[in-house]
Amino acid sequence: MSKDIIVKKGLNINLVGDAIKTLDISKSSKYYSVYPDDFHGVYPKLTIKADEKVKAGDVLFYDKNNEKVKFVSPVSGKINEIQRGERRKVISIKIEADKEIEYKNLGKLDVKDDKNKIIDYLLNAGLWPFIKQRPYDVIADPNMSPKSIFISGFSSAPLSADLDYISKGSEEKIQIAIDLLSKLTEGEIHMSVRKNSDSILSDLKNITIHNVSGPHPAGNVGTLINKVSPVNKGEVVWTISLQDLILIGSVVESGKFSAERIIALVGSSIDNPRYIKTLIGSGMSTILDKGIQDGNRIISGNVLTGKQTSIKGHLDYYSNTITVIPEGNDYDLFGWTRPIFDKISTSRALTFSWLMPNKKFDLNTNTNGEHRAFVVTGSYEEVFPLDIFPMRILKACMYKDLDEMEALGMYEVAPEDFALTEFVCVSKQPHQDIIRKGLDLMKKELG
Amino acid sequence: MGIKSSLHQLKERFKDNKLAPAFNAFHTFLYTPNDVTKGGTHIKAADDLKRTMNMVIISLVPCLLFGIFNAGYQHYAAVDAANGIIREASFLANFITWENFILGSTKVLPLVIVSYAVGLAVEFVFAVIKGHEVEEGYLVTGMLVPLIVPVDLPLWMLSVAVIFGVIIGKEVFGGTGMNILNPALTIRAFLFFAYPTWMSGDKVWVHQAMERTGTAEAISGETILGSFAQNQEIIYSLSDMFIGFIPGSVGETSKILIILGALFLIFTKIGSWRIMLSTIAGALFMGLIFNQVVDLGWITETSKFYGLMSVPFWEHLLIGSILFGAVFMATDPVTAAQTLKGKWIYGFLIGFISIMIRVFNPAYPEGVFLAILLMNVFAPTIDHYVVESNIKSRLNRIKLKTS
Repeated sequence: MSKDIIVKKGLNINLVGDAIKTLDISKSSKYYSVYPDDFHGVYPKLTIKADEKVKAGDVLFYDKNNEKVKFVSPVSGKINEIQRGERRKVISIKIEADKEIEYKNLGKLDVKDDKNKIIDYLLNAGLWPFIKQRPYDVIADPNMSPKSIFISGFSSAPLSADLDYISKGSEEKIQIAIDLLSKLTEGEIHMSVRKNSDSILSDLKNITIHNVSGPHPAGNVGTLINKVSPVNKGEVVWTISLQDLILIGSVVESGKFSAERIIALVGSSIDNPRYIKTLIGSGMSTILDKGIQDGNRIISGNVLTGKQTSIKGHLDYYSNTITVIPEGNDYDLFGWTRPIFDKISTSRALTFSWLMPNKKFDLNTNTNGEHRAFVVTGSYEEVFPLDIFPMRILKACMYKDLDEMEALGMYEVAPEDFALTEFVCVSKQPHQDIIRKGLDLMKKELG
Repeated sequence: MGIKSSLHQLKERFKDNKLAPAFNAFHTFLYTPNDVTKGGTHIKAADDLKRTMNMVIISLVPCLLFGIFNAGYQHYAAVDAANGIIREASFLANFITWENFILGSTKVLPLVIVSYAVGLAVEFVFAVIKGHEVEEGYLVTGMLVPLIVPVDLPLWMLSVAVIFGVIIGKEVFGGTGMNILNPALTIRAFLFFAYPTWMSGDKVWVHQAMERTGTAEAISGETILGSFAQNQEIIYSLSDMFIGFIPGSVGETSKILIILGALFLIFTKIGSWRIMLSTIAGALFMGLIFNQVVDLGWITETSKFYGLMSVPFWEHLLIGSILFGAVFMATDPVTAAQTLKGKWIYGFLIGFISIMIRVFNPAYPEGVFLAILLMNVFAPTIDHYVVESNIKSRLNRIKLKTS
């Protein structure tokens, strides 16, 4: 079954440095790191000590708020260091990897197993953290039953991995994962694919395919949810990304936690942008050259929603992209008034990107102006396809009016839905951060 | 390279100084800062608030230049008229002249300078006290104010009004982005109510008309609206009104240049075409109603309302400041309605009420600024109802589910 969705509002950001479709295999990393901060809202309780030996798939820590949710090691080896910050908060768990990875036997799962058995398996195998929920955009609560599950089958974000390419050859694994998940919801599993793309994902069974056309954020899962079945008060939907579906499928198939992942290495500072097969938690230095840090920013994720990291950092748990773009820490003479040809703008205020809709831009991290109060109205709506008033909800988050946040649709959104409004904001307000803090507040007070 | 790096060192050295915002305000005019993104999106669009505000200023410059020449022209034309010489306005022959320019600029430029100097001084003081950066809001306000006052307004009055307008109209609400009333119009309203003899009547709209009153060299300083309100003969042609060879506030007379400014704002996507269009629609609609009233014979020539009511509805756009208000005042994003639907309603009501005040208040027939201030107050209410419908549809979604 397939349905059409047309997204009218949005913005495609064309950047230099898209990955060409060749696959390299990364050097194996000596150390792997897991950062509890990758999992928003999780309060880690360690189950291992320094110098302990672990296998791939052994539990490293669980969530103190929900002890069933466990997080496992992506490789086997010795716990090298547990790095702690203020008030003994765990910053990272560093594992010195074995040469040959030893896997914990997670057992097999039968397709006919019932719901609780499947949930227990996913929890114990460390696969649960890949399932996220809305409201609040956090790891799903295993005690709740979702009204439906949403998966984005294509990415429209700038310089992000082509999901068709990374899922090629993994169709069976995806199908296994979908068959499992379909038992966890009363409703349907919805997946978006790019219209007229003859994506291999269109052939999946047990799933409703939506053919989506239009500019970014057409590929965001939040857009799909809003167009198909927005989250009402009291309801829960789950979201899961395609690369994590592949991982779940492969673990269930083999009984081994193999943290293998194909990532796109992109950005204007990368000489040969391409795809790389690596493991979750790998050191950036096994993927990137040492010298690349000079004058550049390394981002785990895409340029709109990713996290800044460094050559000493590691691939985070959810990313399928590493982006490297130039830092923009330089002054620009009369930058506020001179005609601009080399940057993207949605206005025509002596900015000329509207003349070059197909040009690929080489943007840096400069803010192009200072932080200001909200002044301009109407520009967010042009890039925001959800049936929500973006500026209203942002302001409601800022003055922490829980009733208003709820009424305006806070249950439906995630920070990434506000990435484009943040990008075009002339007042340079941190929209995603405002929404994240608003969601955290709601979860604390109401959830 | 030299200036850039030495300014950078200065900025770093006095980063924590109380006066840092004042220094940064100048620094960022020369150089867009070296700030990089932290958290959130790693890239940002090219526009900032300075660029946005600058577009509005650019769109106002033609009106200012025209206003300078017109200030001179109207003075000499009125002097000629008092001597019995009727002038035929012509761009090259008697409008763009040194004489007009010198007289106009000695009157108008001081207004611009005082408006900016006083207003920005207040902004700087507040920025330093509150420890935030100097916001750009006043750049546009400072340009608008000299364009909407009579040419002979004493500078001290302007200073007092600007201080009042910026503090009471804006800073007490929390500064740029937080104000309810349009600051430029707050300044004008203050002038109007505090110094009415300098802001209205038939003597203030042409240079020296006031001081020559009662002497042998007396000249007229009346606007078209004033003439209409007193049921007098109009001596200006339609093309004079359209091009702007008429007495009035400094920058509001030239309709063609206002339209050019509007097109520029719409093209650059800075000004809201919805508000501009709906304001004009509202004004035309009210004008049409009044025309009907006259046609039906409900109002006769003896009525004091007859003059303005019988003006063909579309001519209302050519007289007074309705067009200027629609393009540059009503569209202020902070004080206007913020939702798309709300903008239509807000603009329509501004146009509607403007013409209503104009016709029913012959003593002071320019109602545009009052109409905009009134709708500024009601804009949040309009938005509230627009947003409410979105909230209701969200609640209905649940009801549909449960029923």
